[in-house]
Amino acid sequence: MKVLSKVLTLALLAFGLTIPCYAEKIVVEGSTTVLPIAQKIAEMFMNNDPDIDISIRGGGSGVGIASLIDGTCDIGNSSRPIKDIELDKAVTNGISPKANVIAMDGICIIVHPSSSVSALNKKQIKDIYAGALSNWKQLGGSDEKIVIISRDSSSGTFEAFGALVLEGGKVRSDALMQASNQAVASIVSRTPGAIGYVGLGYVTSSVKAVDVDGVKASKETVLSNKYPIARPLFMYTNGTPKGLVKQFIDYILSPEGQKLVEEEGFVGLK
Amino acid sequence: MKEKLYKWIFTVLAFASLIFLIGIVIVLFKEALPIFQEVKPLEFILGKAWYPTYSPPEFGILPLILASIWVTFGAILVCVPLGVGSALYLHELAGQRQRAILKPLIEILASIPSVVYGFFGMVILTPLLQNIFHLPTGLTALNASLILGIMATPTVSSLADDALSYVPKSFREASFAIGANRWQTLTQVVIPAAGSGISTAIILGMSRAIGETMTVLMVAGGAAVIPHSFLEPVRPMTAAIAAEMGEAPMGGSHYHALFAIALILFLTTFVFNIIAEMISRRFRIKLGLSR
Repeated sequence: MKVLSKVLTLALLAFGLTIPCYAEKIVVEGSTTVLPIAQKIAEMFMNNDPDIDISIRGGGSGVGIASLIDGTCDIGNSSRPIKDIELDKAVTNGISPKANVIAMDGICIIVHPSSSVSALNKKQIKDIYAGALSNWKQLGGSDEKIVIISRDSSSGTFEAFGALVLEGGKVRSDALMQASNQAVASIVSRTPGAIGYVGLGYVTSSVKAVDVDGVKASKETVLSNKYPIARPLFMYTNGTPKGLVKQFIDYILSPEGQKLVEEEGFVGLK
Repeated sequence: MKEKLYKWIFTVLAFASLIFLIGIVIVLFKEALPIFQEVKPLEFILGKAWYPTYSPPEFGILPLILASIWVTFGAILVCVPLGVGSALYLHELAGQRQRAILKPLIEILASIPSVVYGFFGMVILTPLLQNIFHLPTGLTALNASLILGIMATPTVSSLADDALSYVPKSFREASFAIGANRWQTLTQVVIPAAGSGISTAIILGMSRAIGETMTVLMVAGGAAVIPHSFLEPVRPMTAAIAAEMGEAPMGGSHYHALFAIALILFLTTFVFNIIAEMISRRFRIKLGLSR
């Protein structure tokens, strides 16, 4: 019993002593698109300085911004700009969200590898998704129904796609709405007549990326603004970043951090 | 003193679930009702277009409701024959040893995580259906129905088995005594006596199927369109909530609309469970069991 209480006291003491070392803790939450970047950076960051505790969570752009507004996270990841309604809420809560662009993301149009179509223009993509074109024959392909795969209408990727390609138009209602980039890629790879769209980082050899407006999707074309379907990725902070949050974002923007961004399949800013 | 303390602790624990339930109901109503200031309840339930993020948004969840109904109905067609059939076999025909092996095996089906079922549906069933029916995609209501049916089978089977075992031995003995054979006893005496218990099993199986989320998210296809056949992709209510909640701006009308769908789902399963409870109560009284 005596031994036990001694051990307990020691343990408590040790625990009490370690707490001040972990005083530096930040929470990063939000977009699943930005998640792999945040994870990789946090890993490297914590390796460089073991006294730091960075907690990373997904949830989606909406969740990231909502948590920032509620003050439950320090950095809210988002693949879309903040909305007016969210901004109003932030102001009410005394939070002033600041957008930090950390990388670019190109949205690739992908089809099944067996498809004979390898280039489309934005108008054609829009017509396919709106329902005006429904057979690959109409696009110079084989006589096959087009199976439309889309991201869920509330995802950041959909929002970017909707703004950049559909220009506010609706996706036909029988499109298969999927909850993640991986789900879209995996369905397209298994469905001969399918078309879908995913972030540049999710294009694998099991799907075929088509050229858009004659431009091949690549890091170079996204950064040079030649590729028409590209978007910035954000990390929202409360006001100008300070302390550890500033270090974290500075690290991402450093050459070393941008290299990690590229390794995750996104497009670095330089 | 100690006894009192324990009593108190367990009382609190017993009431904890009630508190959770009340909390959930309050939150559901609180977050769901604001949408009806924007959309009339009837328009919400009977509207045919689900475009929650456009401006102006359209919040019609009829396609989602119908998708849930279709998929659940399909699941019933799978799980009732499988579940009730296996319960009858286990109870009437299987020997002690078979029963000792089969019953736990069926129950293992219930412990497989739903994401594993979903994965199975995506990887194995989807290409299969695609090839058999020459479909553009195998992610259809049929796919979801088959998987949900298999998932609900253990629920139906073990509850139906319980119902059969509640039928007093005297019923059976009386039937044999007047010269009925085994088949006649089963169809004329045992099944009618256990009928309401079996109905309860089926309703709880339906409850299980309509509330299942991960699987339908993965295999139903996700198209918010009013279904015309089992071979089309659909978007059940649960899938819509799971897929969209993470990205819906908090406090916005899309967010409230998703909560309203959750409320409808909750009320549906609530009604199912009440009906099941009522039937099973009557069943116990009929068989002269204490309630």
